[in-house]
Amino acid sequence: MILKFKIFRFDPVKDEKPYYQNFEIEAGASDRLLDCLNRIRWEQDPTLAFRMSCGHGICGSDGMRINGKSALACQKLVKDFKEDEEILIEPLQVFRVVRDLVVDMDPFFEKYNSIKPYLITKAHAPERERLQSVEEHRKYEDAIRCILCACCTASCPVNQEIEAFIGPAALVRAFRYLFDSRDEGNQERIALLDHEDGAWGCKTKWRCTRVCPKEIPVTKEIFEIKKCILESKKSKK
Amino acid sequence: MNFRHDLIIVGAGLAGLRAAVECADEDVGVVSKVLPTRSHSGAAQGGITASIGNEEEDRWEWHMFDTVKGSDYLADQDAVEVMVRDAPRAVYELEHMGVPFNRTRDGKIAQRTFGGHTRDYGEKPVKRACYAADRTGRVVLDTLYDQCLRRGVKFYPEHYVLSLVFEDGRCGGVVSFDLSSGELDLLEAKAVLLATGGCGKIYETTSNGYASTGDGLDLAYQSCIPLEDMEFVQFHPTGLYPLGILVSEAARGEGGVLVNGLGERFMERYAPTVKDLAPRDIISRAILTEIKEGRGVDGKDFVHLDLTRLGEAKITERLWEITSFARIYLGIDPVHTPIPVLPTCHYIMGGIPTDMDGRVLIDEKGMAAKGLYAAGECACVSVHGANRLGCNSLLDVLVFGRRSGIAIKEEISKSEHQALSSEPLRLAKQKIAGLLAHEGSEKIDGIRRSMRSLMMEYCSIFRNENGLKKGLEEIGSLKERYNDINLQDKGRSFNYELMEAIELEHQLSICEAILLSALHRKESRGAHIREDYPERDDRQYLKHTLIFRNQKPEIRYKPVKITRFQPEERIY
Repeated sequence: MILKFKIFRFDPVKDEKPYYQNFEIEAGASDRLLDCLNRIRWEQDPTLAFRMSCGHGICGSDGMRINGKSALACQKLVKDFKEDEEILIEPLQVFRVVRDLVVDMDPFFEKYNSIKPYLITKAHAPERERLQSVEEHRKYEDAIRCILCACCTASCPVNQEIEAFIGPAALVRAFRYLFDSRDEGNQERIALLDHEDGAWGCKTKWRCTRVCPKEIPVTKEIFEIKKCILESKKSKK
Repeated sequence: MNFRHDLIIVGAGLAGLRAAVECADEDVGVVSKVLPTRSHSGAAQGGITASIGNEEEDRWEWHMFDTVKGSDYLADQDAVEVMVRDAPRAVYELEHMGVPFNRTRDGKIAQRTFGGHTRDYGEKPVKRACYAADRTGRVVLDTLYDQCLRRGVKFYPEHYVLSLVFEDGRCGGVVSFDLSSGELDLLEAKAVLLATGGCGKIYETTSNGYASTGDGLDLAYQSCIPLEDMEFVQFHPTGLYPLGILVSEAARGEGGVLVNGLGERFMERYAPTVKDLAPRDIISRAILTEIKEGRGVDGKDFVHLDLTRLGEAKITERLWEITSFARIYLGIDPVHTPIPVLPTCHYIMGGIPTDMDGRVLIDEKGMAAKGLYAAGECACVSVHGANRLGCNSLLDVLVFGRRSGIAIKEEISKSEHQALSSEPLRLAKQKIAGLLAHEGSEKIDGIRRSMRSLMMEYCSIFRNENGLKKGLEEIGSLKERYNDINLQDKGRSFNYELMEAIELEHQLSICEAILLSALHRKESRGAHIREDYPERDDRQYLKHTLIFRNQKPEIRYKPVKITRFQPEERIY
């Protein structure tokens, strides 16, 4: 079938302002949108810039806005679109556009880094593994599916307004370590999250949960972080 | 710009990051052509092998035997022994860093069976693979990245290395291309570690990501360093049909079975003892044989991987990712419907020859290059020989990534930065300018498609002399065409066309090395099956291939190190 695309273009070096460009390509029903974008780039316009790597939703490179909704281009199939439909492709919101669909991810990784995204332990490690029950593992199991694609952060209405908000992706990683029974860095991490641009910045709009390509219950996990902060304050009193 | 570090690591996958963690107290810079955590190690699914015996009795001797037998006796046994004996430590260390392994009922790291891993020297499958559902690679990559952040490792994301810089025969840095600015940088170092991964993208059907273009392999090859055992390319038996996306062996480790068009569990015929848990080379060959003999499903070129007997709970808990792939890409639910699969190019056993501490070896006598190291898929220690066992690759990158790091720390503590000439930077600039200015008539895409299809046709699972010769001829003409490529994108920032042009040059060079190495090995061993020489020939070919680029490529050989296990017939 013939698929129509309308793609956001902007090269700050030569373009005064962004514009949209239309492309049409012949595509098979089981092709991924990423395949279509690649073919546009390889066969029609090699100047079209976007990131991609694994092509099956593991590396997290090809987050973009597809018909207004953040998603991975490698997870969307041609058959889910109509032939006469114009598919709108735009860069992720929130981040500065560097070229076409490529955005500046530095602030994303800086915020990620700010929550101490690593296991903090005080006691000396045992000779073999630390024990963790199946139930304890289950508590944070959903969160480890995160691939840092930034679809959640880009879709967050708070992030869209407030640059300083840490954003759902960093919070999911914070959740992953807060609720890991092996972690002993609870207090220092809570201190980093307990402010209006930390966990409290979340206004429970559920947009992150809806777009997450790995089906992580992001909003619920942020809610659990808030509960954890309150409980830790209560226990201190 | 010029930057200076004690150590430059090229590649931010697991081997590179494990070495970075080891050297984090030194001044280390990690250069990667992709953003953090995008490296292809993240696509590893099934697990990491270690004989920690959490689920049943296991011993490192059994692990060693399986690895050697799996390699079709081509692995160097001293290196295999080092790897498997270090495996328990490597796994506990990851656990201590925070890797979220699945757990047994008593809270230990859970383990499952995997292809070719057995107890009692081949008696029956053993649970040896430590796993985090079917996303083990991704969570280990995340954890090691997090450890690098904790230790303040400096990253150069989206920097593409164009050349290795040698001064007086010693590697003293790299020239890299900053994808975001288009600037060229000279990164000086006392030592360089190549950890650039594999080259699966030279094949049409592959589980590898777009970034797996063999850059590091060819950077070494261009620098007068030979490549070892390049004819051994692994096709994983179960790629999602028709895309080739990896469907982990864990699916069979958890009880899934392969079924042909007649509904038969055909692996019972090819490997009566371990059946669906035979090593990958044997299963891939069996699948293609079934298809060739008309027993594919619906007469087509795939067979079924049937998980329906596992039940939804187990599938959701342990095989979440592959289930989601089947749902997203094929619209089928593996809980109720078998998954169509075909072999897919997955891994290269060959690579840059190294010793057990990552030192790059420049000849068949074992002379080491100065200042240059390699680890991970781009390296050939060799612990996988002619065929790698599942879950031994994560083990390889962790063990030898760390050992490289230790050796490098020792070397850089004793050496000084050298004064580098600006010539390599000038040459790189000239190359980029030349590519951008050339007005040719060829497009990258056409050449690349021809390359991928000829490698599938002549150099995938079954090979023969005529095909390999044709393949070499065609690669030759693609190289000619490459000289006349035309790049339309003249931009500086995120010029992916330019990067892909350079990648393609590496790919064509690697294809030639693989085809030539395959042509010269006139026997069938592991993943290298010659239709015209169907038997293994230990008398002539129990040796490693080394290909040197020179003016005209030259093939030499070096002996295999055999310590504990003499070659035997390989029956499963």
